[in-house]
Amino acid sequence: MISELCFFSSLLAPHSSLLALDWSIFGQPAFDGSGNYFTFLLVGLGWTVLLSFTAFALALVVGFLVGVLRTVPSATLRAIAFGYTELFRNVPLLVQLFCWYFVFPEVVPVVGPWVKEAVSPLGQQIAASCLCLGLFTSSRVAEQVRAGLEPLLSRQSLAGLALGLPLRDVYGLVLLPITYRTLVPTLTSEFVNTVKNSAVASTIGMVELARQSQQLGEFTAHWYESFIAVTLLYALLNGAIILFSRWLERRWRIAGTIGK
Amino acid sequence: MYAFDWSSIPGSLPFLWEGFLRTLSITLVAGLVGLILGTALALARLSSSRFLSTAAAMYVNGFRAVPSVMVLLWFYLLVPQLFASWTNALGWDSRFISALVAFSLFEASYYAEIIRTGVQSVGSGQRAAGLALGLTPLETMQLVVLPQAFRRMIPLLLTQAIILFQDTSLVYVIGLADFFGIAYRTGQRDGTLVEMLLFVGAVYLVICSVGSALIRRAKTRLTS
Repeated sequence: MISELCFFSSLLAPHSSLLALDWSIFGQPAFDGSGNYFTFLLVGLGWTVLLSFTAFALALVVGFLVGVLRTVPSATLRAIAFGYTELFRNVPLLVQLFCWYFVFPEVVPVVGPWVKEAVSPLGQQIAASCLCLGLFTSSRVAEQVRAGLEPLLSRQSLAGLALGLPLRDVYGLVLLPITYRTLVPTLTSEFVNTVKNSAVASTIGMVELARQSQQLGEFTAHWYESFIAVTLLYALLNGAIILFSRWLERRWRIAGTIGK
Repeated sequence: MYAFDWSSIPGSLPFLWEGFLRTLSITLVAGLVGLILGTALALARLSSSRFLSTAAAMYVNGFRAVPSVMVLLWFYLLVPQLFASWTNALGWDSRFISALVAFSLFEASYYAEIIRTGVQSVGSGQRAAGLALGLTPLETMQLVVLPQAFRRMIPLLLTQAIILFQDTSLVYVIGLADFFGIAYRTGQRDGTLVEMLLFVGAVYLVICSVGSALIRRAKTRLTS
């Protein structure tokens, strides 16, 4: 019994550091001279927001385009769009990021050498992260768009065509206006995923939130405080996105449909 | 034009295979533990006990609000501190154990949501019928609801397993050498990072494409 107690107390001993959290470290000047550690984390939050918002905008544009192409009558276009979604869905995000960052500038003619010569290291990190996250997410958005369009194809698109609308207008005036309104909840979760996935950019040295938390931990040895703060910041950011989308969902609700 | 040099790949295949086995074992363990724990969480969330359902909802939403990179870093901070005496005594790599724990607990929250929606998709008439036949609520769940729910969930559960298989590459952030990690290190050492990354990407692409094609086929068979 006593030995058991000793065993458990030895297990819990290092844990006692949890009880001695020191939040004053956020007031200390940051190692890079940019301010204190609180503003240091806010800089990371800023990059996370910039990165994920830019990437998601790109994902919406490309994703809607590819999603539409997956439903058009032309079999060739459908096959190309299918290949696109399969490529970006079936390679891990981290591998894609490293390909954009390390492989692209080496392998691609003309653009690659220009990137290596004219673009700053930070610029390269931003470009690789945004492109990678954006196209990765676009394949998921495309899947959602396709799933949203498919049930409308038989009746709504036939009705549009029967009215004499060209295919472009069937999509632009009939199908897509319904789709984007019904897709708000699923696209919100893709947006939240983009914010979460942006943490992967820390692996190529992008100074976003996850990276800042690791640096804060390394320089102050206050890992718990750092991780708790950053975890809360991610949760707050995602919470804000979810609240915004609930508002948008109410505003865009299609009359006559059930929605909570 | 870039001069590709694929010559270092055949020599490093044994190391890559070792890494691949590590990737597979994390996927299998986390998938299984996640499935079991996820089922428990889903049932807790659907239970009539307010305490259980709130606790399960907090667990699920908590894990889903945080990036998987942060979850891995958290567990690499916590596991060695909490279980140092165990991992040392058993001679296990604390990075590997941290990754296993992190992915198992993390996946459970994703599986829980899939299973919850699956259970909810089974009509309430089925449950009522089970209870009317004199089955206990537990038996109704086990014998009537869950078998139907799992059948509907199989495609989603397998798709989640493919996502997990890809996500295990994130153990890179805690310095564990999985399939991707070994390829990256070898590429850096030999100056063939470009070829290694393309090779790894191609392997993932083939495995996951075949996997998702099989799931699509199974889906049409399960639903028809």
